[in-house]
Amino acid sequence: MSTSEETAVNLDTDDTAQDNQPSANYADIIYNGIWKNNPALVQLLGLCPMLAVTSTVVNALGLGLATLVVLVGSNIAVSLIRNYVADAVRLPAFVMIIASFTTCIELIMQAYTYELYQILGIFIPLIVTNCAILGRADAFASRNPVLPSALDGFMMGLGFMAILVALGAMRELIGQGTLFSDMQLLLGEAAIHWKWVVFDDYPNVLFVVLPPGAFIGLGLLIAGKNFLDEREKQRIAAQKAKDGPSNSKRVRVTGQVS
Amino acid sequence: MALLRITSPHTQRAGRRTSWVMQMVIYATLPGIIVQTWLFGWGTVINLAIAGVAALLSEAAILAMRRRPIRFFLQDYSALLTAVLLGIALPPTVPWWVTVTAVSFAIVFAKQIYGGLGNNPFNPAMVGYAIVLVSFPVPMSQWLGVSSVVASGEMLSFSQSLQAIFHQLPVIDSYTMATPLDGFKHKELLDSQSAFETLPALQAASIDSWLWVNLAYLMGGLALLWLRIITWHTPAALLGALLVMSGLFYVFDTSNAASPFFHLTTGAAMFGAFFIATDPVSSCTSNRGKLIYGAGIGILIYIIRTWGGYPDGVAFGVLLMNFAAPLIDYYTQPRTYGHKKAKTGLKIGGDH
Repeated sequence: MSTSEETAVNLDTDDTAQDNQPSANYADIIYNGIWKNNPALVQLLGLCPMLAVTSTVVNALGLGLATLVVLVGSNIAVSLIRNYVADAVRLPAFVMIIASFTTCIELIMQAYTYELYQILGIFIPLIVTNCAILGRADAFASRNPVLPSALDGFMMGLGFMAILVALGAMRELIGQGTLFSDMQLLLGEAAIHWKWVVFDDYPNVLFVVLPPGAFIGLGLLIAGKNFLDEREKQRIAAQKAKDGPSNSKRVRVTGQVS
Repeated sequence: MALLRITSPHTQRAGRRTSWVMQMVIYATLPGIIVQTWLFGWGTVINLAIAGVAALLSEAAILAMRRRPIRFFLQDYSALLTAVLLGIALPPTVPWWVTVTAVSFAIVFAKQIYGGLGNNPFNPAMVGYAIVLVSFPVPMSQWLGVSSVVASGEMLSFSQSLQAIFHQLPVIDSYTMATPLDGFKHKELLDSQSAFETLPALQAASIDSWLWVNLAYLMGGLALLWLRIITWHTPAALLGALLVMSGLFYVFDTSNAASPFFHLTTGAAMFGAFFIATDPVSSCTSNRGKLIYGAGIGILIYIIRTWGGYPDGVAFGVLLMNFAAPLIDYYTQPRTYGHKKAKTGLKIGGDH
């Protein structure tokens, strides 16, 4: 089911309706979150943290994980209260929920990964304003039972995090010539030797380290996704053409009739 | 062909193909290149060679990826012109990978991703220059000094230049010095008179060498004017605005500002005015628009030189005004014969 259909269906259902049927099956939820409706590549939500903190893998992973946890938590909570909140006040209620989860994450990060907390700085509290989270709460969690909502939050968060990490890896590799540096900030002492110096004696490419590089990197990632989608479409079209013209109702008067 | 859609008058004349125009611009840079080589050694020529090869290769590669005719587009010399402009703008001893990065970024990202020649909103050469200037500030600030002023007292030989570009010349520091603009920028607490007396970068030999470079580009630019490849509007407005700005601040603040003559004859003033700002694709089209566009660049150059973070501001000034060029063009459409008065500006509460 496509997202437009999904929203259409959701708009049709009354808010107070006791629909316990998820509006999409689980496979669709997974596919939507990771690829087809990816919050970073397709919806282009949460651009601000994405462009600002993805200068290294560890920063991207840290923020991606935080967003993932907030997204799953808020989706579950929103889904639980979906039948008890009046329509008029639903957005403030969602924001309060998201803000509480964000505060939890912020405190947890302050406690366990203090240096990363300092590096990410303002962008952790800013998770509250990440449109991807509020968007999923309003578009999906407020209309679906708990389990699909949790899965949707997890998959959307995973899709977001995957793009964040890909962008972080790209920028760290091109910008500094390393990968996985400073992973101990997030994963503890075990990761202290993970730093992989890909190019020795590499001059830092400041442009890629700075936010403008993130724009170009994200553009390349989106172009890559569109390219893959286009190729898939062509493959399906070719497959259809090969499978047979039996569906064709037109009478062919020239060429070879197969 | 993309270029035929451009309304710039100087590419529409009979018999003047894109390749002819591009070739003429390349030839017009020759006096400047010769003077630069004479003053700063073979580095410029080596840079030009590297840039040319990199430009043609990256243009061919991206054209192949876009499934466009490669030979046809390579023969319009536009990639080569971008390479020449970049090779001139980069410092003579800059490592080869900086040149390659700048050129390939200019061709791939600034030009071909937007659809190739005629569709790029920004001047490709300046995009490439700005990228490496932001990314690699250290090699980009190492200009060679004139032989009589630098510590070693001699010029880099051809092999030394090659060595500096492809390896690392350990003694390169004794050949480099701040350009006059750089020196003036970092005069710190000195007032301008004592700065001109004490700072090595602001001695007569150093300033004169940049004067020669600028005169050479002025000559090339006048040749382009004579050939009617460019019109006088953009360069005149640019230099005029720079003159007015620097003159104004020189009159009011003589102790801290440099003279208008200094501003017009150092750095990339002439090169920018005649070769960079006049790019037919990314600059304004109408004559009045060109005046505004050039004046904007001139003002920005002075602002960036005086209060900005970089010693020279031609690249950023041109890029910023490229942003504004479509808007300027929109409000400076000339009146066609027999038509009503052209749109000249915002009219509150009416669209007529």
